[in-house]
This record gives sequence, C-alpha cells and structure tokens, in this order.
Amino acid sequence: MINVTIDNKQIQVAEGTTILKAARQAGIHIPTLCYFELAGMNFENKPGGCRVCVVEITKDFNGKPRRNLAPACATDCVEGMEVLTHSARVINARRTVVELILSDHPADCLTCPKNGQCELQKLAQNLGIRELPFHGEQSTYRKDMSPSIIRDIDKCIMCRRCENVCNNIQTVGALSAVNRGFQAVVAPAFEQDLMDSPCVMCGQCVQVCPVGALSEVDDTRAVMAAINNPKKTVIVNTAPATRVALGEEFGMPAGTIVTGQMAAALRRLGFDYVFDTDFTADLTIMEEGTELLGRIKKFMAGDKSVRLPILTSCCPGWVNFFEHNFPDMLDVPSTAKSPMQMFGAVAKNYWAEKMGIKREDLVVVSIMPCLAKKYESKRKEFYKDGNPDIDYVLSTRELARLIKQFNLDLKDMPSEDYDDPLGESTGAAVIFGATGGVIEAAVRTAYEVFTGKPLPKIDFTELRGMDGIRDAWVDFAGTPIHIGIAHGLANARKLLERVREGKEQFHAIEVMACPGGCVGGAGQPYHHGNSEIIKKRTEAIYREDLGKPIRKSHENPSIKKIYAEYFGEPCGHKSHELLHTHYFDKSEHVEISEK
Amino acid sequence: MAVIKLSEDKINFIKNVCKSFRNDGGEVINVLHKVQGEYGYLSAEVQELVAKELNIPVSRVYGIVSFYSFFTMTPKGKHPISVCLGTACYVRGAEKVLDELKRQLGVEVGGTTPDGKFSLNCLRCVGACGLAPVAMIGDKVYGRLTPDKVKEVLAEYKD
Repeated sequence: MINVTIDNKQIQVAEGTTILKAARQAGIHIPTLCYFELAGMNFENKPGGCRVCVVEITKDFNGKPRRNLAPACATDCVEGMEVLTHSARVINARRTVVELILSDHPADCLTCPKNGQCELQKLAQNLGIRELPFHGEQSTYRKDMSPSIIRDIDKCIMCRRCENVCNNIQTVGALSAVNRGFQAVVAPAFEQDLMDSPCVMCGQCVQVCPVGALSEVDDTRAVMAAINNPKKTVIVNTAPATRVALGEEFGMPAGTIVTGQMAAALRRLGFDYVFDTDFTADLTIMEEGTELLGRIKKFMAGDKSVRLPILTSCCPGWVNFFEHNFPDMLDVPSTAKSPMQMFGAVAKNYWAEKMGIKREDLVVVSIMPCLAKKYESKRKEFYKDGNPDIDYVLSTRELARLIKQFNLDLKDMPSEDYDDPLGESTGAAVIFGATGGVIEAAVRTAYEVFTGKPLPKIDFTELRGMDGIRDAWVDFAGTPIHIGIAHGLANARKLLERVREGKEQFHAIEVMACPGGCVGGAGQPYHHGNSEIIKKRTEAIYREDLGKPIRKSHENPSIKKIYAEYFGEPCGHKSHELLHTHYFDKSEHVEISEK
Repeated sequence: MAVIKLSEDKINFIKNVCKSFRNDGGEVINVLHKVQGEYGYLSAEVQELVAKELNIPVSRVYGIVSFYSFFTMTPKGKHPISVCLGTACYVRGAEKVLDELKRQLGVEVGGTTPDGKFSLNCLRCVGACGLAPVAMIGDKVYGRLTPDKVKEVLAEYKD
C-alpha cells in the first residue's frame, strides 16, 4: 500500500492504482471522456488521449511539483504524491481541452441521436461553456448506414472506445483507427461500409460511444406510420431483457421490472395486439431442446457423425460471428431460429391464418434489447414473397422515445397482461435475457424429457454468474451432461477454439454476444460503463422467473396447444419449414485469379 | 463471402514472407515492408491476405498502411520520382520544383501518371543537402534543380 494525498485528503491505495481510481476511492470525482471501464467485465479503455481528466501533481516522487498536468486515468500513484484535482489551473486546462474538442464538433445537439445522453454535452454543461473561442477546419466524412448502426464520424472524438470494444471484448476486428493527424478516423478496413466489413452488428460500439458518432437506425417513424394505416393490423412482441431495463429511461432504478407497464404503454401507442417474445422463447426451447436430445441420444448410441456440442442460435450477433469466423463449423449450431424470428414465422403463418388476416396486411414489430436484431429481421431467408416475417425492430431506447412522444410516463402506467395466445410464457423464457439463461431453460425441459422424471430443483445456479466463460456438469439422472457458457464474443471465440481443438467434450454451449447477455445489449438504455446496472437487470430477470407460476417451457399451455393444433411435434415437418433456418459462409476465401 | 483474388505467384510469395516471420501478428510492419519491397505497393487484396496469414483483422493492417506515409496503396510508376522537402532543399526552392513536376506530369503527390511511367512522391532529406534542391528518379539523384530543368530531366526517360 502507498500513501497519497488527493485534494488534501490522505488515503492509502494499492500499488499500481491510477490517480483516477485513487480519487474515486476517496469519493472525489474526476471527469473523464475517452476513459471507459466496465468493471468486472475485463474492459478498460484508457488511451489517455482526450486530456479531460488532467490533474495537478503538487508533489511528485522527487518531492517537487510536476511541471505538466498529468492525465489521471493513465498516471499511477507513487508514495507521498500530492494531487489537486480541481485547482484553477486544472479547471482552465479542462475547459480549453473541451473547447478544442468542440471546435471540431458539429453543434447540432438538439437533433443529435445522443441528445441528453452525450458525455461531451454533459462535460460542456458542467464546465459552463457558453462560447467557442476556437474556429478552424471541420472534419467531414460520409455517413455510413447499415441496417443496425449509423456511423456519423463528423461527431467522432477519437476516444477509440469502439475500436477497443470491437477488437478486444468482441474480437470482431471490424473497426480500427485509420489515417493520421486531422484525417484520422475510426473505420473498417479500406474505409468500407460496415456492411462490407466483418461487423456482426452487435452494436457494442454504439453502447460505449460517448457522443453521437455511433447510433442505432431509428425505425420509430415507420412503426407509427404502420399503426396509423387503417388497412394494417400491427402487432408487437417484447424480448425478455426489455422489461428489466425500460424503466431506467423513466428514472426508475436499474433492475425495476416493468413488464405490465410496458404492455399497457404499447396498447396506448396503438398496437392492435401486444404479444411476448417469451412465448416463442418457450417454443425455441421445445425445438432446440429436442434437437439437443436427438444429437445426444445418437451420440450415445455410437453415431460419431453427430455434431456436438450443440451451440445456441438465439443471438443474431453470435450467428453473424460464427458465419464470419467459424465457417468450418456451420453445421454445429442449432438450426432453431431465434425466438424473434420464430415469433415472426408463427405470427405470419399460424396466427394470421387463424385470424383471417392476409400476410401483407399484418405488420409485426419487435421490441428488442439488441441492434443485431434489426439486421437479422432483414436477412433474406426470413422473407416470403418479398414480405419479411418481422417488419420492424425497435430497441428498448426507441420504445422509450415513442412512449415519451406520447407524453406517457411508465411510472404512471397500470400493469396490464399480454394478449393470448402468443403472450403466454414461463419463467424459463424470461431468463433468455441473461447469460446462462437460454441453456438453463433448455436444461429444465431436456432433463424432464430425457429422464421422464420431474426436476428435483428448478434453479440451476451453477449455470448463472458473470464470469466470461463458465462450464458445469449437469446430472441427467446418471448421465453427465457438460454445459459451456460464454458471453462477449472474445470469450465465445476462446471457448469455440477449445472445442475445435477437440480438447474438451461439451454437449451444449450457450453464447450471447453482449457482456452479461441481452441485459447488456446494445439496444438497452446506455449504461455509461456502470456494470452494476447490468447486474441489477440480471437479478431482475431471475426475480421475474421466480414469480412465474410456470417455470418450464414444455408446461406452457399455449405451447402445448400450438403443437396440438399446428406443428404436431417438435422438430417435425412443419417445424422444420417454419422454425428452423440455415447458415452461410461469410469468411474470406483466397482464390487464384487468371493472371 | 469475401473472395481474395490474386495470382498464384503473389499468393505464394506473401505466404512465404508471413511464414518467415512465424505468421506472428506482431510482425505485420516487417511483413508489409517486404511485400511492398517486392510489388511497390500494397493493394487491398494483398492486405486481406496478409491479415489472414497473420491471423489479425484486416482493419488493423489497413490502419497501419494508412498511418505510415512509407506504405502506399497506389502502384508506383516505372520511374518513381521523389522530391526532397527537407529543410535545406525547401529553403532553396524545392516546392517550386515540385509544383513544376506536378504540372508537367498532371498528377498530385502520391499519384502515378495514367501511362504508369512516372509516380510522384516527397521525402525528407536524402543526405545530399549540398546539392539542394534534390530529387531522385529511381536510384539516380538530380541536384541543383530549378523548375526550368524539369522538362529536360524528364526527357531522359523515353520509355
């Protein structure tokens, strides 16, 4: 331990502690901009580039004051150090730094997608900047629009959080700093569009971007236009993780469950039917669980051609990732569609037929914690005669914006139920929103189907937690089943490489692309690096599960009914047609050209 | 599915260069040096292959190529021209020589003439300050240049 004095407050910190962290320990807040940390998730971005966190070292290791101001995020404490975090010199420097950043930043805050959530805006506000003394050249760069993400690089402040998250947390490698000096930008290789890069649309770059340089494609207007079209029946489905995060946008503490209020608000917006993606999460378990058991039984019978482990396929960022990076393993993941795409298929076939609504008159909207879902809904295999199974995907943030447009406050909403039959769900479905949840839901059903016995305990706490890679053995009444779990694509890559090398035998692996799973998705309210928020949402997911009367997917009465009425049996002919999909090789191939 | 199309010789050369650096991603700058040394420039497809061989994202390779002024993505002319803009040459009028070269060749700095004959670049000091202003065409050094002499010098290169 070493002794340091920050703003005349003496504290003891561990060796190697930065001034920034030491100050936080002492309850002193030093403002930051490029710095970003997701505590407990192995993510720290400290390029020391923006200089907003500079402090004055009045006594350095040599007993003398340091001549230059030091960036607190990248300077370690030394024994006897004395630091001032808000001296006149520091505040002056900080203001100049922010003024310089603003001199090359578009001043369109009122219409910026990050308005109210922008960390640069907040800094300018706190420093009381009222005029911009510096006028010079402005960076200009074309806008890049993918189905999920908009890059508006004029707003980029080169904090490089996006580059860091893309390369280190996700190992996607789509983004890199390119060019130099004033021309420097963060971009894909050859400054191509994101769509032409290995980007998997996970959107974590959007989640960490402090400004409006990266944002989601906004589909709120298109959805309202559909609702206002009298010819259309517009239905909505809400993903598990949205109900534990939407409240934050209305000032509720992280981890508030707003399921009923969200359903009520969606009715006020004018949706004709309010359904739940949780229903098709239960359906996913029936299909994926059956597929898993089929493969395990074949494997145990000595069929070596069967591909194990089965990999979950609910997460569209993960699906894109293995299509780009593991083309040799395309037959390993489950062929089951994601719950959202199953919802679209069920709504536009089973339900539309039942209700006598023509496919083209039915508009299906999804509320998702995710930006990759926007891309997923536009995959051509999910279209029929030019009409998509899912018409629009709104992120949790977009839904909050719509609710605010209607001047509704979620806090004042009554709690309402989902509509039947696509609104009935179990506790197994809601835990799809957190890392480990999909596989726990699958195990709850697979165990009972495999053994023919009721589960001794429903909660598989050994599958829960926040470690990036986890594994556990589950005893299927004498048959040990090895389960792997990864969240964050770097962790998924590591786990998959272990499988590819044949070092370990897993039976099933769950992957979610975003840290923490869907609760930490890129479409969720911005967490600004506070990983406690993600933990609170996770706890809420398991609370919601605990409160459900039915907690196993195969016991959902509406699921039993849909198999009896329509699908026949899981993984049967009709299921294969509507509820399963296939994958594409998107990797790079070297070919010999003519010359 | 992105397809990298290159001739067999090029593929083999690049693969061997990468192999000689143990396919180590940390050696990417050295690999790019060698490859540019052979082909004069680094095309997008060459960068894709280097990235694949070194198992690093192509965005990082491009980040490096676009950052260092030494690396180029445009093919060099048969006779690469380098004008020195070091301090000595600069104060003795190198910029005027450069402007005249740009005018006569019809290309900007970093460009190559449409016939592929000349490419134009700048550098900082070739160690011949006594001859300032200096330019190099290929390996040949031309000293005490003036805008008037540019036409005569270029005329030396008939093909």
